Amino acid sequence: MERFLQRSRARRIEAAAECVFTACAFLALLAVGMITLYMIANGIPAIYQVGIKEMLFSDTWKPAARDPSFGILYVILTSITGTLLAVLIGVPVALLTAVFLAETAPARLAEAVRPAVELLAGIPSVVYGLLGMMILNPVIYRLEQRIFAGSKTHQFTGGANLLSAVLVLAVMILPTVISISESALRSVPSQLRECSLALGASRIQTIFQVVIPAARPGIVTAVVLGVGRAVGEAMAVSLVSGGSVNFPLPFCSVRFLTTALVSEMAYANGLHRQVLFTVGMVLFLFIMAVNLVLHAILRKT
Amino acid sequence: MNKHTVAGIVVLGLMAGILRSLNGCGGREELQSLSAGEHGSIAMAGSTSMERFARIVSECFMEEHAGVTVTTEFTGSSAGVEAVLDGRADVGLCSRELTKEEQNAGAVASVVAVDGIAVVANTDNLVRELTTAELVGIYTGRIRDWSEVGGRTEPIVVVGREAGSGSRSTFEELLGINDCCKYANEVDSEGAVMARTAVTPGAIGYVSLEVCNDTVCRIDLEGVEAAEETVRNGTYPLRRYFFLVTKGEAWEQSKLVQELMAYLQSEEGKKLIRMAGLVIPEK
Repeated sequence: MERFLQRSRARRIEAAAECVFTACAFLALLAVGMITLYMIANGIPAIYQVGIKEMLFSDTWKPAARDPSFGILYVILTSITGTLLAVLIGVPVALLTAVFLAETAPARLAEAVRPAVELLAGIPSVVYGLLGMMILNPVIYRLEQRIFAGSKTHQFTGGANLLSAVLVLAVMILPTVISISESALRSVPSQLRECSLALGASRIQTIFQVVIPAARPGIVTAVVLGVGRAVGEAMAVSLVSGGSVNFPLPFCSVRFLTTALVSEMAYANGLHRQVLFTVGMVLFLFIMAVNLVLHAILRKT
Repeated sequence: MNKHTVAGIVVLGLMAGILRSLNGCGGREELQSLSAGEHGSIAMAGSTSMERFARIVSECFMEEHAGVTVTTEFTGSSAGVEAVLDGRADVGLCSRELTKEEQNAGAVASVVAVDGIAVVANTDNLVRELTTAELVGIYTGRIRDWSEVGGRTEPIVVVGREAGSGSRSTFEELLGINDCCKYANEVDSEGAVMARTAVTPGAIGYVSLEVCNDTVCRIDLEGVEAAEETVRNGTYPLRRYFFLVTKGEAWEQSKLVQELMAYLQSEEGKKLIRMAGLVIPEK
């Protein structure tokens, strides 16, 4: 009898715990659902008014003009190019750092580097932006002046351009990609390494042909999160990218999807505001698509 | 009823409870009844250009009226007007004329101060004076190098505000170059214009006279310095009005808001407006 009571009590606790877990999971689901609904509900109306072609495939962004035009093609292209370049620069560096930390670094050195990486993750994005503006922009501007010396057509950006934004973004995604790839590399069983070494492979061969392929799913997650961080970053980018809507060339002042929202939401009204919601929706769909596609491609092969 | 439905209902119930309690506090009815006496609060929201002005006014008004709280929020002219129309703020701070849509929705603006828009440049710059035509040339991309306006050979980096900003629309309208400016940098606050201009050699920008300081150098227009005196007497060409926006006419407002309006008209209030680096409008 007593045992029966005990068992039923245990079962009740089980049920209650399960209830709590389900409730928490629901909360996350509810948040995603509500955000999606809200973005779509607020983003769609402007598309009807402006026309999907005029919005997505036109390059003139003059939202406050008397005869306004709301083309966000360059803004979308900027977000794509900027993220892509930042990932191309950031991910290899981050991956090699992770290899260093997990595989080759002497324990002492790794202990010095790891906190530095963690600290990098903790720095607020506005600080990245500020430093980018005070230190990186002047350097890039000197480069710009040298490259375009005597140019009659180039509009000088003062160093606030796509290149600066890409460099800042590349640094910003480092900590995320490093720490997740490092733990992925560490979770590779040591037998694999030992086998490879025993078969006569060198250490470098082992790392690149055994350990990294084995850690692939974790590294994929790292890259996806890195891409997410780069696409979604607004504050730092808005300080270093210049903010004018132009075709994304390295030395052009550009505007990302995020910075379009951040910088104009405050003062926008009427249709301009609605269009900004559409920009938000595009950004949202963009991030979803990037997540799904990257997962699908990188996981499969 | 299975476990999942139960959990779902629990969550929904919790959320409903939270929402209700959120609605309960800070209700506007409470404020209205309070403002009949000398207690209550005024919420101001709007233009970042009017930040200094609003901070000074709110602090002094609170000092004069014990028990009254004035909250300020600087999210931009349009956001401020919208907050007033939604009832989230009592007084909007607007650094541009109201649009037709806003007026139709019931927003009413009254002039409180005049502000000059100063043209600023990087301190390394040798040029200290421009004509309006030269300024137009620079901002429309016709003049691209400081040597064309009497400076040393250095590209001009044109800094401006984002679309929708009160400063930008006023600046462009006063110069007659609406929507044809070619900005190299579009930044989203007065402070950002100052910072950008201060760190970039060859930069030129425009900011409200009150936020202008020594990190940049002012540029005289048509030989007239941007200063309080020249803004008041109208010789300085780039000047604009600052508005307080309310939903409905001023006399329809709560007693507290009316008192604030009256306070700004008083000698005391005028002193504050001058303290904020602004100029009293002529009646």
